[in-house]
Amino acid sequence: MNENKTPKRHLGLKASSAISNTVIHVLLVIISIIWLIPFVCIVLQSFRVESTYQVGYVIPKQWGLDNYIKLLDTNFPQWYFNTFICAVVVSVTQTIIVLCMSYTLSRFRFKLRKALMQFMLILGMFPGMLAMIILYRVLDDLHLTGQYGSSVPGLILVYVASSGMGYYVSKGFFDTIPKSLDEAARVDGATRAQVLTKIILPLSKPIVIYTILTAFMGPWGDFVFARYVSQMFPGAMNVAVGLQSWLATDTMTFNNYTLFCAGGVVVALPVAILFMCLQKYYVEGVTGGAVKG
Amino acid sequence: MKRLTDLEYLMLPKWNKFWYKFIMFFVDIPANLWNGIKGIGGSIASFFKAIGREFADIGKTFAEGDWKTKTSFLVMGFGNIARGQILRGVLFLIFEVVFIWYMITPFGGAYWVQMLGSLGLQGPEKGYDEILDQYISIPHDNSFRILLYGVLTLFFIVAFIYTWRVNVKQNKIAEEILKSGKKLRSGKDDLKSLVDDQFHKTLLALPLTGILVFTVMPIIFMILVAFTNYDGAHNGYTNALFTWVGLDNFKTMFSWDVGGVNYAATFGEVLTWTLIWAFFATFSNYFLGIFVAMMINKKGIRVKKLWRTILVLTIAIPQFISLLYVSKMFTLNGLINGALLSFGFIDKAIDFWGDPMLSRIMVIVINIWIGIPYLMLIATGILMNIPADLYESAKIDGASGWKQFSKITLPYMLFITGPYLLTSFTSNMNNFNVIYLLTGGGPTNPAASGASGSVGFTDLLITWLFKITTGSDTKYYLASVVGILVFIVVALISLVVYNLLPSVKNEEDFQ
Repeated sequence: MNENKTPKRHLGLKASSAISNTVIHVLLVIISIIWLIPFVCIVLQSFRVESTYQVGYVIPKQWGLDNYIKLLDTNFPQWYFNTFICAVVVSVTQTIIVLCMSYTLSRFRFKLRKALMQFMLILGMFPGMLAMIILYRVLDDLHLTGQYGSSVPGLILVYVASSGMGYYVSKGFFDTIPKSLDEAARVDGATRAQVLTKIILPLSKPIVIYTILTAFMGPWGDFVFARYVSQMFPGAMNVAVGLQSWLATDTMTFNNYTLFCAGGVVVALPVAILFMCLQKYYVEGVTGGAVKG
Repeated sequence: MKRLTDLEYLMLPKWNKFWYKFIMFFVDIPANLWNGIKGIGGSIASFFKAIGREFADIGKTFAEGDWKTKTSFLVMGFGNIARGQILRGVLFLIFEVVFIWYMITPFGGAYWVQMLGSLGLQGPEKGYDEILDQYISIPHDNSFRILLYGVLTLFFIVAFIYTWRVNVKQNKIAEEILKSGKKLRSGKDDLKSLVDDQFHKTLLALPLTGILVFTVMPIIFMILVAFTNYDGAHNGYTNALFTWVGLDNFKTMFSWDVGGVNYAATFGEVLTWTLIWAFFATFSNYFLGIFVAMMINKKGIRVKKLWRTILVLTIAIPQFISLLYVSKMFTLNGLINGALLSFGFIDKAIDFWGDPMLSRIMVIVINIWIGIPYLMLIATGILMNIPADLYESAKIDGASGWKQFSKITLPYMLFITGPYLLTSFTSNMNNFNVIYLLTGGGPTNPAASGASGSVGFTDLLITWLFKITTGSDTKYYLASVVGILVFIVVALISLVVYNLLPSVKNEEDFQ
């Protein structure tokens, strides 16, 4: 009986799947438009010359690079420089620390290992902002905050120092490299350090790139701690705090809206291009991390 | 509810199993609490037993040890040096010298620890100088530094005691090794072992120091602050000292009327919204993300890569830019209102950020825009791992598309991403950026206007905490109370959910 029905149903399935595929294509186009609108708008508005405030239309009446040129007269280059230095230093040092941490927790079985991991899990349940308040005061005591000029060293110190807590994703990766590789190398007389540098690291390119990428992107988006440490001194801000300060009040928005758009484009472009180039590694890391939990 | 045997439990349908576990978790709370207390009591007892054993061992080492060992009790590392382990001995000795110097130096360790009890005696008010006939600044204490360095010094003392104990133990071990006729490890061997069998210590030294100093220490400090009156008016060095106040701040937080402010109601309201927000933010992203991923991955869909790339843009572009921009798009004179007005859909601009309900819905909707791409990536990875033959056999059995989704895809996803859902729930509770950059917590809640930090309708606990610590009226003690309460809520939720999750995977399985 079943066999008799099969051809009929098959046809029906084909037709219905063609319809559903069309529907899905339409849906995907709509979704893409929704996702792209803000980015298209911000780019278009950054080229608007006729006014600096918010308007109800998107296409500029008068096009020009005025906003981008004006950026050079503001503190924006300083903010950009601050953030860029942070991002470069943090991406290198944080990667080293995270890899040390995750490799050790993945490969070594030592006393207190379990306790250490549980302790860090509990530690992670405290809102990070709690620690920021006091770290900010300590940095102030050490003259590393905005009122003493630059906030970059203080920011780097704090970003890097607490980065060991974020070991989960890369530990998950190291867990998937067979232990027999280590053991074989150890039998051949390699020290533990040689196992890491000669065997594991060459196999870990995806996770190293993932860690560098996320570490590099972190400082570009940090708002809270950068705000504490900058103490709202213009020279000590990073891009997030600086650009937010341009929109903080209605008067500021009135004067700086298009400037903000231009600044946003200048910040987003290199970061987004870098991200898109290394997207593959990011996807691997994110997926692996979620699956491992 | 009747307790089931294992066999009966296994025979339950899937959702009944979950429900059974859920009910049983609450039924078991009293018993678990009791066991927990017993467990804590037991571990305290065994802790003291262990301390006792340590003392006995120390005594025995002293009584049976030779003169080198005995001297080491006073001069750390002496035994090591005398037995030829120069490197270890010198390190011990340096540590002891530094410790003693730090403790006895004026304004050193002894001073900080001794001041911990009062957090400073002499405030920064000016003293009257009779000879000069004017008020002058006199040297004064600094409560902030006392608390900070006091805690650090306590850390240091514990570290010293531990090191001293290691020093004594090493003497004992060295004696035993020499007695059995073997050779001691030289300094060279020690250094070598740091890249070999002790390599984990080398690797962990830097990260753990960082965590200890920049995470553990601040958290301990802030927990202590919850028991002081540290705020803008008592900042400990320029206007007034702060001091211990016991549980007063917790009482304030749970009082109906403190100087006309109802903190308990404010806290309750913010907490409720935080939980609602976290729930919707997590699950809307989760299900819509899976939905989008399934659409993109469906057979017959073209340019899959293009759709994915467009969505991933929101991850690639720093969040603060997109959030600030989108926030401005929805203002009264923003693009959305402009478009709606010019197309004639509305006559008057909609105040998206002025209406409590509307602004709450808006942050959840915009968070979907931010969050779907992550879930889309994660779900894509997992969907590809679902064995295709499951679907094949389901199709042969005539299962509809919805049936396949609800019986295969969803359970599989939920099983694998259970822990992820939990962490994303808790991180949404602390999702500062989305709320603060979109609404700044607003619109202001008039009922809570007196509470520190001008609480708004979209304020989460974490943004409230931030507001309390910035601006003109900073109340660090209140912020730290809020922080502690956030921790308690997060810990409780995690505890409950972990109990309900399908057995947490054994990490060794993967190796």
